[in-house]
Amino acid sequence: MEPIIKAEHISFSYPADEDTKPRKALSDVSLEIEKGSFTAILGRNGSGKSTLAKLMCMILFPDEGKLFIEGRDMTAEGIGEDDIYEARKNVGMVFQNPDNQIVATIVEEDVAFGPENLGVPSAEIRRRVDEALETVGMKEYARHATQRLSGGQKQRIAIAGVLAMHRDIIIFDESTAMLDPRGRKEVMDTILRLNRQEGITVILITHYMTEAALADKVVVMSDGTVADTGTPGEVFSRVEEMRERGLDVPQTTELLWRVKNAGYDVRLDIFDPEECAKEIARAFKIDGRN
Amino acid sequence: MAEIEVKDITYVYGKGAPYEIKALDGVSLTFPHGQVTGLIGHTGSGKSTLVQMLNGLIKPDSGEILLDGKSIWEDPKKIRDVRFKVGLVMQYPEYQLFDETVAADIAFGPKNMGMSPEEIKEAVEKAAHFAGLSSDLLEKSPFDLSGGQKRRAALAGVMAMSPSVLVLDEPAAGLDPGGRKDILDGIKKYQRESGTTVVIVSHSMEDMATYCDGIAVMAKGKVVMRGTPPQVFSRSEELTKTGLDVPQITKVALSLRECGIDIGKDIYTVKFAAERLLSGGAPYES
Repeated sequence: MEPIIKAEHISFSYPADEDTKPRKALSDVSLEIEKGSFTAILGRNGSGKSTLAKLMCMILFPDEGKLFIEGRDMTAEGIGEDDIYEARKNVGMVFQNPDNQIVATIVEEDVAFGPENLGVPSAEIRRRVDEALETVGMKEYARHATQRLSGGQKQRIAIAGVLAMHRDIIIFDESTAMLDPRGRKEVMDTILRLNRQEGITVILITHYMTEAALADKVVVMSDGTVADTGTPGEVFSRVEEMRERGLDVPQTTELLWRVKNAGYDVRLDIFDPEECAKEIARAFKIDGRN
Repeated sequence: MAEIEVKDITYVYGKGAPYEIKALDGVSLTFPHGQVTGLIGHTGSGKSTLVQMLNGLIKPDSGEILLDGKSIWEDPKKIRDVRFKVGLVMQYPEYQLFDETVAADIAFGPKNMGMSPEEIKEAVEKAAHFAGLSSDLLEKSPFDLSGGQKRRAALAGVMAMSPSVLVLDEPAAGLDPGGRKDILDGIKKYQRESGTTVVIVSHSMEDMATYCDGIAVMAKGKVVMRGTPPQVFSRSEELTKTGLDVPQITKVALSLRECGIDIGKDIYTVKFAAERLLSGGAPYES
């Protein structure tokens, strides 16, 4: 199947300012995102994650290389404003700060803002707003004031706003970073439901390794390049490399890695605490420890 | 060197309004001098209200806040002095950077305290060092820094006032793992070398377990648990019941117990778990 987003050797530099030199943000990045998949992007601050996200939703354009959205080469000769405008309709984005992406005072009006701007007829808007609020579990808040919602609730409203615009791909740029554990769980549950039940292609930029462990594929960015990609199990098993890049691995993997280094034969690609304990118990049993 | 103590404090938001919320309900807590105390609890548990009381930004409806045994509200006109002694680093403090250069921004507090230019220069350099800002960054505009550097510059601005108590509300929120470690290591180092009393509010159980000497757990405006990290995390069932999460590694330790490998209940860091597990599994005490 044709990937929904394909980047081929793309590079990007931020243009020079009055007193700064141009800053290279991405160099030679190649990447494929499958339709309906869940991809997590990891990397330190300044590693190029957000730049990559901005290229994928066509806020920025690569200096070099090719970028395909749903099979269409957006970097080809003759691609004009109208084509870009159309292609952007495939991709939605949810940002980090819950307070920066609410525009209306009432929940349902906020969700309706996007489709209204797209010129969707009002009966259809009504239907989409109700459906989107239902999907993110915020239906009973439709007429509530946005200002009184919790951070997690605000993020779910922002997600509903994107859903109401019927986006196939949603990019979450650290959308859980400012939330408390409860809010994070609400948003992660919503993201998983969108991906698994609604078939939406999800790209999640995050600093939480436990969130990335839930993805189908992990992409690790470092200094503007793709440093590693694979399943969460593959990527997190490379504990030392992850550390060198200033990243971390889930605590289960770290413990298993230490146990392995002590000479036990254990798998590293386990992210569930119970499974992790069972794996250690199994290895110890073989060793006659237990 | 300072100790800060809150005694039976109560605070209600929107008193008399239909949305009246009791944010703090008879909270008594001591933050011992020279220690790092962690405050954990859900959003809405009263943590942020409490920390804003420690330097007199909010006045309790009832109860007392004692700095070295003396009520900070004894003479309300002198509350400004309290704010110099108790430095508060708010959530996302980088949004408060404003000056032309990083050095000038860090110098803002000391200048307001009436320090001499030489003292200010020394305070700025010392604070920048603890916050992990290299000297070439000091002459840059704060807006040209990366997110992590901005956060550290804002932190340096409070450290430069040499407060006897340093209060930080979510100092590492939103940073990458390396950035989290840098900023928390810097705070710990500052605390060790200056003997400052530190209070940290965080949602990250893993960070709290690693950096705090003592932890207080808040729920619904009350302190529900108090102890060292091993004491608090060994009560993980209760923590989970109050809706808080425990470190992943603590959950692994609990599951290991069910598999017949008892490494103790007081497990809260991976290093500690691995040591116990690999040293024969016998817990010191549990």
